[in-house]
Amino acid sequence: MNILDMTAVSLGAAIKNKEVTVLEATEAVLAQIEAKESEYHCYVTVDREGALAAAERIQKKIDAGELTGPLAGVPVAIKDNMCTEGMLTTCSSKILGNFVPTFSSEAVLNLQKAGAVILGKTNMDEFAMGSTTETSAFGVTKNPRNPEHVPGGSSGGSAAAVAAQECFYALGSDTGGSIRQPASYCGVVGLKPTYGTVSRYGLIAYGSSLDQIGPLCKDVTDCATIMEIIATHDPKDSTSVQRDDTDFTGALVDDVKGMKIGIPRDYFGEGLDPEVKEAVLAAAKVLEAKGAIVEEFDLSLVEYAIPTYYTIAAAEASSNLERFDGIKYGYRTEEYEGLHNMYKKSRSEGFGPEVKRRIMLGSFVLSSGYYDAYYLKALRVKALIKKAFDEAFAKYDVILGPVAPTTAPKLGASLSDPIKMYLSDIYTISVNLAGLPGLSIPCGMDSKGLPIGLQMIGDCFNEKKLIRAAFAYEQARGAFGKKEDE
Amino acid sequence: MAKQYETVIGLEVHVELATKTKIFCGCSTEFGGEPNTHTCPVCTGMPGSLPVLNKQVLEYAVAVGLATNCTITQYCKFDRKNYFYPDNPQNYQISQLYLPICRDGKVEIETENGKKFVGIHEIHMEEDAGKLIHDEWEDCSLVDYNRSGVPLIEIVSEPDMRSAEEVIAYLEKLRMTIQYLGASDCKLQEGSMRADVNLSIREVGAKEFGTRTEMKNLNSFKAIARAIEGETERQIDLLESGQKVVQETRRWDDNKGESYAMRSKEDAQDYRYFPDPDLVPIVLDDAFLEEIRKRQPEFREEKMLRYKEEFDIPEYDIEIITGSKHMADIFEATVALGSQPKKVSNWLMVETLRLLKENNMDPEDIRFSPENLAKLIALTDGKAINSSVAKEVFEVMFEQDIDPEKYVEEKGLKTVNDEGALRKTIEEIVAANPQSVEDYHNGKERAIGFLVGQTMKAMKGKADPGLVNQILKELL
Repeated sequence: MNILDMTAVSLGAAIKNKEVTVLEATEAVLAQIEAKESEYHCYVTVDREGALAAAERIQKKIDAGELTGPLAGVPVAIKDNMCTEGMLTTCSSKILGNFVPTFSSEAVLNLQKAGAVILGKTNMDEFAMGSTTETSAFGVTKNPRNPEHVPGGSSGGSAAAVAAQECFYALGSDTGGSIRQPASYCGVVGLKPTYGTVSRYGLIAYGSSLDQIGPLCKDVTDCATIMEIIATHDPKDSTSVQRDDTDFTGALVDDVKGMKIGIPRDYFGEGLDPEVKEAVLAAAKVLEAKGAIVEEFDLSLVEYAIPTYYTIAAAEASSNLERFDGIKYGYRTEEYEGLHNMYKKSRSEGFGPEVKRRIMLGSFVLSSGYYDAYYLKALRVKALIKKAFDEAFAKYDVILGPVAPTTAPKLGASLSDPIKMYLSDIYTISVNLAGLPGLSIPCGMDSKGLPIGLQMIGDCFNEKKLIRAAFAYEQARGAFGKKEDE
Repeated sequence: MAKQYETVIGLEVHVELATKTKIFCGCSTEFGGEPNTHTCPVCTGMPGSLPVLNKQVLEYAVAVGLATNCTITQYCKFDRKNYFYPDNPQNYQISQLYLPICRDGKVEIETENGKKFVGIHEIHMEEDAGKLIHDEWEDCSLVDYNRSGVPLIEIVSEPDMRSAEEVIAYLEKLRMTIQYLGASDCKLQEGSMRADVNLSIREVGAKEFGTRTEMKNLNSFKAIARAIEGETERQIDLLESGQKVVQETRRWDDNKGESYAMRSKEDAQDYRYFPDPDLVPIVLDDAFLEEIRKRQPEFREEKMLRYKEEFDIPEYDIEIITGSKHMADIFEATVALGSQPKKVSNWLMVETLRLLKENNMDPEDIRFSPENLAKLIALTDGKAINSSVAKEVFEVMFEQDIDPEKYVEEKGLKTVNDEGALRKTIEEIVAANPQSVEDYHNGKERAIGFLVGQTMKAMKGKADPGLVNQILKELL
């Protein structure tokens, strides 16, 4: 079997069984990067030397029996908003174009402890603001399923790298759908865990109360396995939750008999592409055939999710991004007169238009006189959205729906109309507002050959139900993502 | 008749808490240190870093709140105050606006006009900023983040004070309370206590408040008193000449005895406060508050009453000794070691106060231990050393906290009580000073003083003066 075709877990097993060495796997994936990067541009930074050195080091530890985990020796790509000690971390922004962190994010450290080979940093929408990876200051990433289309975003580089076999799995971050939507567009599996499950320490914040790190990978088994490594309690992150139910691979069971699945009618109304609708409902039928109880219900408040999200996320972002001022690190304008002129020019030149738009929006909703009308009201709606989900989860184990209204749009089609781009987040955003786990799994192709994603939403701390349902669906669905011509 | 004016004053007092580590990270709060050595990614605001609240800060803030009769906010949050300045590494300060930890307190103060209560509007927790150093030679600014993230509480009073005297009494009261709690050393000069004065004037009997100004840069109680007088006069002059007081922040220059405007209300920034999403809300249950309440120390008023009952020392001594928690601790510990309270009090009231004054130190700076003071008192009680030697030893002890027993032994300062040796010395002195002997016999009492002095000199001060007198009189 071609090494690149292996899932992360199967490669880990092959390395353990001495069928493949870590170096062979790393060299294979580096060769793939070399061959495909000019076409897809998944990475901002590829650390070839570092990866090769890590491969040798990790192989020795595996041989010495010091590393025995399921993903020891498996090469991984990291979204460029997670700090990596000594390795450029840019958030795909000019303002951090020269930023090399002095410490690594907790999620990356957890992977390294488990023997991951870090390949490099993947492209993203600037500061994770965008749904297409086109707002990156370092060029667009193309969808490996069809390079005329976007990979989605903001974790577009991570999703595309998995789909293009330029890594075996990747980490992304999800503030309003930034893992699930690119996973859907690129035909890979992505999970946004319950808020507080994966430490945010070292993740360069966009919307702190919504951001969550999660895996992008080839199948549900990989997803559960990666989650077991990155879901740890971190005292450095006040919002990190101590969980004793992180044995996610235990949920890889092909059995959904009696599982109650709710389909929100609100997710199938106007704006949803008929092909997407058909594929998602067909997936529901598959689960029903396996013994799940599937019924439709009204979730309500869905139309309020987008304004609520863009108010809260922009408010937090406007403050989170204040530290990028050209003083201690990052981009500083060349010529300036005095402190305020330096701030102004550095930030005007360092940030791209979408980031500026959200900083302005966020500054506005927090400004005195508007705080109550916008920010506070958004927090109240957020609480109501959570309540609507609480009521739904009193009845259902899993909520099932589309990830996005359409498949991946063409490159350049979204940037001209930001409102339209914001609206495409409609099915993913409320999951972040309510802090819930959400999983995206491929469930078909549209007539253009672009993947369609199925979204499964669970109650807080119920990732295992999602993994169980997704695993059962995956077993019934069979292999996905092999291009016919390959 | 000229109009009668009344000064209305409210204070914002910042107090640096005495925690070992910073409010949101594990860096040391120790004063001094090479620039940027007490720093980490959190207190320098590096991308990806996150704050975690130091529980000790919360405990101190609650303790101060309880001691000042505040209501404790049992569900409270931190907010971000957004403003750009290079000493503020995130360009927002983590503070509290919407749900401060303490509210609605009051403290009782006493002045010549009697007792009154000063209301406390709120107390909130926040982080300190770094320090900017302007290098005029290099024409650049440098920033030191050692102070960044040092925990502060801000105590905001109601506009209840009417004179500099009341303001000083209020500040003394806060300082004493907080020092007794061990929550801060409250030194104005070193900046661990800072007070901003909000002041307005109005005609006596007026219901409405006048327009207020905020005065900053007040580094001593004296400066505060002078600034209050200066600002009151300035505002009266404005009104009397038909002008208006402008709401603004002013900076006091204590050398010139005048202030100048820093920024007016119109320039006020919009801080865009909102709850910090990186910090979870703080929920304080009754058991936590009870625990803090149980740990509250005996405050000064209670201590004074107890001293009056327990110790036979003057009321004035009690006032001075309890005026510093540290001094009171030394007093009580020394007494507990068996020393007579009056003697302990004497050492503190006379020699200690003298040396503190000479060295320009606060009682909090006293370094000698109760054990060593008790030993010194025991040495004098047992007549092992005389009082002038004791003073000498005390001075060394004050500086270096030496063990007086060892020191006296090593330096051979013990009083010579060997009557034979002493008698021999005195015989020699008497023989060598026939004139003085004659003067004495002629009724000049002073002559004996000279002979005592000569003897002490010959004995290098180690003789018991009583014994010297007795032998001299026998020989003469």
